[in-house]
Amino acid sequence: MEVPKDLRYTIEHEWIRVNGNKAVIGITQFAQDQLGDVVFVEMPKPDTQVTKENTFGVVESVKTVSDLYAPASGKVIAINTDLETQPELINSEPYGKGWILEIELSDSKELDGLLTPEQYSEQCEKEH
Amino acid sequence: MSQETSTALKTTPLYTVHKELGAKLVPFAGWHMPIQYQGIIQEHLCVRNGVGIFDVSHMGEIDIRGKESGKFLQKLVTNDIEKMSDHSILYTVMCYEDGGVVDDLLVHRFSEDHYFLCVNAANCAKDYEWVRKIAQPYDVKVQDISQETAQLAIQGKDAEKLLQKMFDVPLNDLRYYHFKKGKIHKNDCIISRTGYTGEDGFEIYIDSSLAEPVFREILEAGKPFNIQPIGLAARDTLRLEMGYALYGNDITAETSPLEAGLGWVVKLQKEDFIGKESLKNQKEAGLKRKLVGIKLLERGIPRPHYPVFSGDRPVGELTSGTFSPSLNMGIGLCYVSPEHAKVGSRLSVGIRNKQVPAEIVKPPFVVSGVKK
Repeated sequence: MEVPKDLRYTIEHEWIRVNGNKAVIGITQFAQDQLGDVVFVEMPKPDTQVTKENTFGVVESVKTVSDLYAPASGKVIAINTDLETQPELINSEPYGKGWILEIELSDSKELDGLLTPEQYSEQCEKEH
Repeated sequence: MSQETSTALKTTPLYTVHKELGAKLVPFAGWHMPIQYQGIIQEHLCVRNGVGIFDVSHMGEIDIRGKESGKFLQKLVTNDIEKMSDHSILYTVMCYEDGGVVDDLLVHRFSEDHYFLCVNAANCAKDYEWVRKIAQPYDVKVQDISQETAQLAIQGKDAEKLLQKMFDVPLNDLRYYHFKKGKIHKNDCIISRTGYTGEDGFEIYIDSSLAEPVFREILEAGKPFNIQPIGLAARDTLRLEMGYALYGNDITAETSPLEAGLGWVVKLQKEDFIGKESLKNQKEAGLKRKLVGIKLLERGIPRPHYPVFSGDRPVGELTSGTFSPSLNMGIGLCYVSPEHAKVGSRLSVGIRNKQVPAEIVKPPFVVSGVKK
């Protein structure tokens, strides 16, 4: 299962890619594989706040609904509007075109508690 | 994404084949079953556009023999057994005295003194007990043959062409809801023109020991038709697009077949059957709720137990719901009060904290391909 080295992870299978005071968030390869065909993504509106460890949206596959948890707090500065018409991008490119939203980080110290790629891989092993 | 242990689960004779084919296996009705192989949407469309094969060996089979078989079944089920001819199949329900549904099932008639029932996996033990209890005063022998019987479903417009290559008797004259005995290669089996997908197709009953070679042979012979193995998840989306009721969701011990829109299998003019009085009274008093199809008019996916609203007033609840791969929209079945059950009624479905506009429709949601 692909776990890119340049990202940090949550125990609920979100990833975060930090770039200065901004960060892009999505769900992992493992998560999309568990969900199956993604058919609907509910995202927050730009300019709203997301809070670390709180839900910020929902991913629905044909068979199930899964909440999305914010890896860090911040203001939403962009959402991936392509997912409105092509939610399957989450399945095909979870770390690329299937990104979900971009935030402006409120407190970069919050990132310290996130899982490293090694820790996340271990967790996936356990769940598999 | 929870982990469930597989220890107490039963496996079908095709368990290792499913693993080899890359299936995701999940606990379902006490069985370790393939929920999907390549992906639900792809599998769904494979059946709608070509042909797919399902392992449904978890389904239960009950054999009924004896000279009072017909008389006994007439008492057991709501539909009319007397109208059946040899090698015909009848869809029916069996009810409790209060009119609640024990199960929905298919009755297959070999002859006037030999039938077999195909029942839902989750209900098999309960059904067997119930059937034996009702059978007591009759001269019949009831036997649970689920363990030694495997069931495969081959569904889709290419199913006949594919199976005819392997089956020793003609299939083109096998009518909907009829079956034949025959051989696939040298293996005895029963083949019926039935299914749970809304496509033309067949269901094969075969001795468990032969399930693997036959499954592999069908996959091989199906290559020119791009056959794929299909999991239970697509089986659910396929049946829901047809509006077929699912026991445990849409029909239960707490629902009546009349409310569920299954009045066509309840023959109140029949002399006697279990639940007749209650169902007759229900019909005379008027139904309190009805099971109807509902489609979302905006994006979203309805799921079982989501509430249905008229304005701000709750008027019912979803019992089945999914994303329809054929229509690319949310569809479901729900119980609503009769005044909201009319086709075209504008209601809404409560999805998390929103009310998504929806409309009552008459299933099937997509055109059926069965050969009636």
